Amino acid sequence: MKKTMIALAAAAAMASLTAGAQAQEKLKACWVYVGPIGDFGYSYQHDQGRLQVEKELGDKVETSYLENVPEGPDSDRAFERLAREGCKIIFGTSFGFMDSMVKVAAKFPDIKFEHATGYKKSDNLAIYNARFYEGRYILGQIAAKESKKGLAGYIVSFPIPEVVMGINSFMLGAQSVNPDFKIKIVWVNSWFDPGKEADAAKALFDQGADIIVQHTDSTAALQVAEERGLKGFGQSSDMAKFAPKAQMTAIVDDWAPYYLERVKAALDGSWKTSDTWGGIKDGEVVMSPYANMSDETKKMAEETEAKIKGGWNPFTGPVMKQDGSEFLKDGQVADDATLLGMNFYVKGVDDKLPQ
Amino acid sequence: MGMLEAILLTIATASTPLLIAALGELVVERSGVLNLGTEGMMLMGAVTGFGVALSTGSPWLGALAAILVGAVFSLLFGILALSFVTNQVATGLALTLLGTGFSGMLGVGFVGQPGVRMTNIYIPGLSDLPLVGRLLFGQDPLFYLSIVLVIAVSWFLFRTRAGLTLRAVGDNHGSAHALGISVIGIRYLAVMFGGACAGLAGAQLSLVYTPQWVENMTAGRGWIALALVVFASWRPWRVLAGAYLFGAITIAQLHIQAINLGDLSFLPGPLYALAAGVKSLPSQFLSALPYLATVLVLVLISRNKRLTMMNTPASLGSAFVPDR
Repeated sequence: MKKTMIALAAAAAMASLTAGAQAQEKLKACWVYVGPIGDFGYSYQHDQGRLQVEKELGDKVETSYLENVPEGPDSDRAFERLAREGCKIIFGTSFGFMDSMVKVAAKFPDIKFEHATGYKKSDNLAIYNARFYEGRYILGQIAAKESKKGLAGYIVSFPIPEVVMGINSFMLGAQSVNPDFKIKIVWVNSWFDPGKEADAAKALFDQGADIIVQHTDSTAALQVAEERGLKGFGQSSDMAKFAPKAQMTAIVDDWAPYYLERVKAALDGSWKTSDTWGGIKDGEVVMSPYANMSDETKKMAEETEAKIKGGWNPFTGPVMKQDGSEFLKDGQVADDATLLGMNFYVKGVDDKLPQ
Repeated sequence: MGMLEAILLTIATASTPLLIAALGELVVERSGVLNLGTEGMMLMGAVTGFGVALSTGSPWLGALAAILVGAVFSLLFGILALSFVTNQVATGLALTLLGTGFSGMLGVGFVGQPGVRMTNIYIPGLSDLPLVGRLLFGQDPLFYLSIVLVIAVSWFLFRTRAGLTLRAVGDNHGSAHALGISVIGIRYLAVMFGGACAGLAGAQLSLVYTPQWVENMTAGRGWIALALVVFASWRPWRVLAGAYLFGAITIAQLHIQAINLGDLSFLPGPLYALAAGVKSLPSQFLSALPYLATVLVLVLISRNKRLTMMNTPASLGSAFVPDR
C-alpha cells in the first residue's frame, strides 16, 4: 500500500515537472488562496479574477493556484513551492500570508510577489486591496432607510481593521439617514461556517433586527432572511439567487481589472512594486443591482454611489469616536494609514470591540 | 412565535447533525473500531444529498442517497482497516482527507446554486400550541429521526441479543471469535451503520440547516461528534445530552452577544449578574465556551471510574486478525 502511494506521488511530481518545462516561454502566474475556490465568496472571487486573466491573455500566460492554504508557517512552503515551479508572478490573497510572503520574496528577488490586504512592501513585493468600506456606507444608508425597526443585525468574523472599518462605515451611512439607527453585533470568530452564520442570523432576527449585514463569506445568513421574509445584503459575490426576495444589493469583489493590469505589466517588463487600493471608482468594488427596496431608497443609493465614484470618502468629518472624542474634524478626510489600522468604533455603535 | 421558542428551535437544528453523526460513531466504537473519517463521510453525504435533491427535486431522495453514499464510502475504511488490517487511526484520517477533497470535486457544479429545503412537518392544531407546539410538532423530519435513532440505538445495544454480541466484539474480540462470532462481519456492519449516519448528518446540513453546497461546509462538526462519543462514555442518552448542551451553549452565546442588558432586567438578581458577567467576556472566549462547557459537564457525569471502564470498549482501535 505504502509503495503504491509513493509511486503515485512520484508519478504526480514527474507530471507536474514536465508540464512546467514545456511551458517555459509562457509567463506563469500563480495564486495562493486561503479558502476553497468553491466557497462562493472571497476565494471564489479571486479565482474568477484568475480565470479572466487566462481568458484575456490566452496563450501568453499559464496560470495555476493553490487553494485551502492555511495562514502561518505552512504558507511559507506553498509560496516557495510555487517559486521553484517557475511562477514568475505570485499573488497571495490573505492577510495572514504577509510574513511568509516577505520571507519568500526576499529569497527570490527575480520573482514578483503581490499581497492582498497586507501592509509590508519591498522591491519585488507589491500590495493591493479594495475599498470595501465604500460599499458598506451605501449598505448603511439602505438599511436605515428600509428598516422598520431602526435596527440591523451585523454578523462579523474577526476584529481586524478591515472588519472594524466596515462596521464604522456602515454606521456612518446609516446615521446619515437616521441618527438614532442601532446595530447589534455578533462575532462568530470564523470566516466560513455556514451553520454558525445561519444561527447568528436567526439569533439577531429573534432579537428584533429586520435587516442582516454580514462580514462572513457564506450565503447562509441571507437564506435565513429569505425564509423569514426579511432583508439583507450579499457578501463578496452576488447572492441574489439564494435570496431573490431578501437581497437588496451585494458588495461584489472584482479583482479581474487589477490582476489583468499587473500580469500585463509583468509580461511587458513594466512591473514595479506598488501599493494599490482601488474602490468603486476603479471597478474593484461593484454594487450588484439594487433590488427589493423602495424607488426612493434606490435613488439615494445610486446618488451615493455616484458621489463616491466622484472621489468622495465616507470617512469625511465631522466623525466622533465611540467614547465621544473627536476622530475627524469638519471636512477632514481619514488617511489610508488610519483606516488600515482602525481599532476603534465610531459613535453610536453599541458593542465592545474585542481586543 | 416567542423568542424562547425561536431559540429552542434554533438549538434543535444546530444539535441534530452532531447527534446523528455521533450516534453512528458510537455504534462503530462499541464494536471496537475507531473510525476518524466522520468529517469526510459527512461531507460526502452533504454533497450527495444536495446534488440528488437538486436534480430530482426531492429532498427525501437526497437524504436517502446520502445514507447510501455514507455507507458505501465507509466500506472503503472497512476494507482497508478490517480486511487488510491497516492502522485504524491513519485510515480514518485518510478517509476524512479523501472525503473532503472528493466532495469538493463532485460539488464544483453545485457551488452558487440554491438548494432544496426539506420542509417541516406541520400538524394543524398541535403545531400551534404555545411554546412547545413548533418544538414537538412542527420541525423537520430529520429532527424526529434523530430522536428515534437515540431510542433505537439505546434499545439495540442494551436490550437485544445482537447488541450484546456487538458489545462483546468491541470488548474482547478474541473471546468473541472463540465463541464463533464473526468479529469482522459484525464490525463491517457497524462501520457501515456509522457511515450511513454520518452521511445523513451531512445531508441535514445541506438540506435543512443551510440548504446550499459549499466546500467544507461541515466546518469541523464531524470532529465534534467524535469527541462527543468519547466524553459521553459511549452511552446514547449522554450523547443526546452532550449534543444538545453543545448546541444550546453555541446559540446562547450568540444571543448574549447581541442582547441589550437592559432587556434582561426582568431576570432575578443572580441570573442577571450571570448574564452580565458572560456578556463582558471577550467574544473569542464565548466562541470557545460550547467546547469547554460540554467537555466539563460530560467529564463530570462520567467521573465514576468503574462505570466509565465498564462502558469503554476494551478492544477499541486494536486490530483483529483471526488466527484460524
